[in-house]
Amino acid sequence: MPRDFLWSLPGAYRDLRRKESFLTRIHIDGWLLLGLIILMSVSLVILYSATGGNLNSTMAQATRFSVAMVAMIVVAQVPPRFMRRWALIAYIFTLLTLLAVLILGIDAKGAQRWISIGSFRIQPSELMKLALPLMLASYLSQCHLPPNWKNLTIAFLLMAIPTLLIAVQPDLGTSILVAGAGLVVLFLAGLSWRLIMSFIALALAALPALWMVMHDYQKNRVKTFLNPESDPLGTGWNIIQSKTAIGSGGLYGKGWLEGTQSRLEFLPERHTDFIIAVLAEEAGLVGVILLLTLYTLIIWRGMLIALSVDDTFSRLLASSIILTFFVYVFVNLGMVSGLLPVVGVPLPLVSYGGTSSFTLMIGFGVLMSIHTHKKMIVK
Amino acid sequence: MTEFRRQIKDSEKENHIFLFRGRLLLVLVVLLMLILVGRMAYLQVFQYDLYTLRSERNRISVEAIPPTRGLIYDRHGQLLADNLPSHSLTLTRELTDDVEAVVAQVCTLLELDETCQTTLVERSFQRRRPFEPALLVDQLTEEQIARIAVNRHLLPGIDVSAQLLRNYPSGEALSHVLGYVGRISEEDMVNLDKKAYSGTHYLGKTGVERFYEDNLHGKVGYRKVETNARGRVIKVVESEHPSPGIDLTLHLDAKLQQFIYKILNKRSAAVVAIEPKTGGILALVSSPGYDPNVFIGMLDSTDFHSLRKDPQLPLFDRASRGQYSPGSTIKPMLGIAALDNSVITREYELMDRGYYQLPNDDRLYRNWKRNGHGMVNLERAIAVSNNTFFYNLAYNLGIDEMSSFMQRFGFGESTALDVNNARKGLMPSREWKKAAYKQPWFPGETLSTGIGQGYWLTTPLQLATATAVLANKGQWIAPRLLASTDSQLNLLPKKASKENIELKNPEDWDYIFNAMTNVMHGFEGTARASGQGANYKIAGKTGTSQVYSLSQEKGNRNTEGLSEHLIDHAVFIGFAPAENPQIVLAILVENAGGGSRVAAPLAREIFDFYLTQERLSLKENDLAP
Repeated sequence: MPRDFLWSLPGAYRDLRRKESFLTRIHIDGWLLLGLIILMSVSLVILYSATGGNLNSTMAQATRFSVAMVAMIVVAQVPPRFMRRWALIAYIFTLLTLLAVLILGIDAKGAQRWISIGSFRIQPSELMKLALPLMLASYLSQCHLPPNWKNLTIAFLLMAIPTLLIAVQPDLGTSILVAGAGLVVLFLAGLSWRLIMSFIALALAALPALWMVMHDYQKNRVKTFLNPESDPLGTGWNIIQSKTAIGSGGLYGKGWLEGTQSRLEFLPERHTDFIIAVLAEEAGLVGVILLLTLYTLIIWRGMLIALSVDDTFSRLLASSIILTFFVYVFVNLGMVSGLLPVVGVPLPLVSYGGTSSFTLMIGFGVLMSIHTHKKMIVK
Repeated sequence: MTEFRRQIKDSEKENHIFLFRGRLLLVLVVLLMLILVGRMAYLQVFQYDLYTLRSERNRISVEAIPPTRGLIYDRHGQLLADNLPSHSLTLTRELTDDVEAVVAQVCTLLELDETCQTTLVERSFQRRRPFEPALLVDQLTEEQIARIAVNRHLLPGIDVSAQLLRNYPSGEALSHVLGYVGRISEEDMVNLDKKAYSGTHYLGKTGVERFYEDNLHGKVGYRKVETNARGRVIKVVESEHPSPGIDLTLHLDAKLQQFIYKILNKRSAAVVAIEPKTGGILALVSSPGYDPNVFIGMLDSTDFHSLRKDPQLPLFDRASRGQYSPGSTIKPMLGIAALDNSVITREYELMDRGYYQLPNDDRLYRNWKRNGHGMVNLERAIAVSNNTFFYNLAYNLGIDEMSSFMQRFGFGESTALDVNNARKGLMPSREWKKAAYKQPWFPGETLSTGIGQGYWLTTPLQLATATAVLANKGQWIAPRLLASTDSQLNLLPKKASKENIELKNPEDWDYIFNAMTNVMHGFEGTARASGQGANYKIAGKTGTSQVYSLSQEKGNRNTEGLSEHLIDHAVFIGFAPAENPQIVLAILVENAGGGSRVAAPLAREIFDFYLTQERLSLKENDLAP
């Protein structure tokens, strides 16, 4: 193609004038990378305190972060069209493993979430957090948008099946995140407002039915959420102790490694789901605001990437990934601070644990790939 | 072409929807983030005080350190109550899921009886703070400790802890006077200062242990500790050492007390010995006694029931709470009263034909000797314990004067400074009878009061006190147990001292002493058999406390054929040496018959023991049970 033609394309001046930086050439977004590195460093600092000064656990998490970071860089090299091509296969594979979990899964905490292949454990519900938006974005990008009834029905089924499979494991937290990822895609694809409103009304009406099918421990969580003091030593303990940790942190906190609630083990799940309470106790409101600002900046950057892409598949996928990341943050903080019932959602990239950070970083890899490959997409 | 245009148009619409909704979501994200910040700010700023308090309460717990109980010594420094290290089994309920199961395990391991399960579960539920161990069993044997240690992993929440337990080396002989400590019960809890007794499991229940409980207990110490959620202590934030209880030295002479207890030989009896100069109680014996050590540790309920059901009432303190008619033992005091009131003179004589009659009354009030003693003066009347003389004396003295004069000897009130729960006895008077029976006083009742029968009730402690006043020639001194302490405080309670008895003619005291010496050493003294051969002089008086009122008309009381519990009590009072009293005694032996036959010989043995050197050569354990 003649150079002149390239320069005559819309936006060419902006894109072609600038010399591609090293990071762009290796398909990495510098701002996002910076945000993620800061977030992970903060995580390690809090984790060190939350594990009671356990350097081994902290180093283990640092290793996981490094692996996840490498995975992100690798994924970033994969062009979006390639992802689109493999979406259906990835979705079906994940769906099958989900079914396998239900049948063969290892019993853990009353919930079946893993399947073991040798010594390797796979948590297919985690994979679904990526596979579902991938599938939906791929499917909807082939349709004329806004979607018609037929498209919607298929999209809805694609979303509902894995969500239900995860919910019956039972893993309410992950199924909320998966459903959230799917809904974001549908919403951005142009689901009509009238339908949205009807769904909300329907969902409200279905609440009692939902209550009926919920497991006892899930019901307890909701009951405890509504009135934590009713069972202060049982199910209410978690929320009372986390609120106590947060509230006693005050404006500036008790100081790093000085949080009594976490150090004396009053705070449950302090290095996993309730880790924000450790930060709130030790770094106070100031620390919480700084962390939330960091999250907001990361999400902001992610949304900017999504909004700047012209390709339907890429932008639906990108926005779903980054907004799921937000749902993580919101549900986690909401539950730890007593705004929402306790559903097991970790604080993304801060809570201890490998699987969720791995999936999240792959998501960010996809995001970076979309951002850095957009100029090469031939329309 | 049209189709292509439609697609382009749709693409624009799609673009529009995506950009609008994407930005909308971004705004929503920022809004929701602000809500989260608002929520955190609410908890951390507005509810900061509430949650800080909660977090502190979580963190800090206060552990009580029980003080060491004060020791109790006798006058010669012999240890009467001490503290021995002991291992006990505790259960922290928070650390176990199934209390019943753990207790069942413990019961099997320790081979305890079938009531153990319910008792121990009950004990584990005693009121206490969270994570505070509850005492299940104490005084574990070495073997029991070993068994628990081996099976520790099967017994969550179970712990073996060492502490000091009260021990009474002298056992039964001192049981009533020292009392005992017992496990703090739910009823005790109601009136107890829970803070002062946190960490203490035992409390003085009777006797000296009870009376001086506040001083013996000491001051509780505490440790403010930082504990984690599982109750484990992480570090000590602040602590205060407990101050041990005050050590008490009593006037008691443990060897004398044990000697007395031994010669009483488990008969139902009481003996009180007082040092007249100080009022110090040398011995306060109630027989039969019980082993106070059984109240410590895991009291087998059958032990306690057998103590309670024993017809001899071993738990009952006869010396300070038993109330008996004094019988003739009060005749010397009445003699003093009559002389001082000039009702009679020392020279006054009366012809005794064996009975006394009130004017205008044909009823006969009999002497114990059917044909009478012939001519008797006061001295002889005391020596032979003549009733007729004292009927006459009482009639002339009148109940009002008799009652008020006897009260000066301490009758009718509890004068002991620190004898726990001592009873008041009863000194009858016109007013008393009106209040109690709504009846006037009859002259015949004055006569029976004159020989120490009728309504008049005294405790052995009161008899000894009155005798001490007599031996002191009217000098009032309240009986007391406590001699000294290791603290600067004067722990003896302050009671208004009674007035000394000042006689118009102080030689009357010697006159009465002489009469009492004749009881023991005179040729016709009622207790001359007991006084024989003593190398010191005893002043004494025997008495018989009537249990069953036989008609006076029938004359001599014949004890044969009466069932045992209706037989009279033998009473004796006295002091020795008569010219310089070192020890005052009051003895009461239940259902033993006359005082001269049973009580006086005991008195002689006790005087001998105390006044000769035999006592000092005894080793500490010679008299131990």
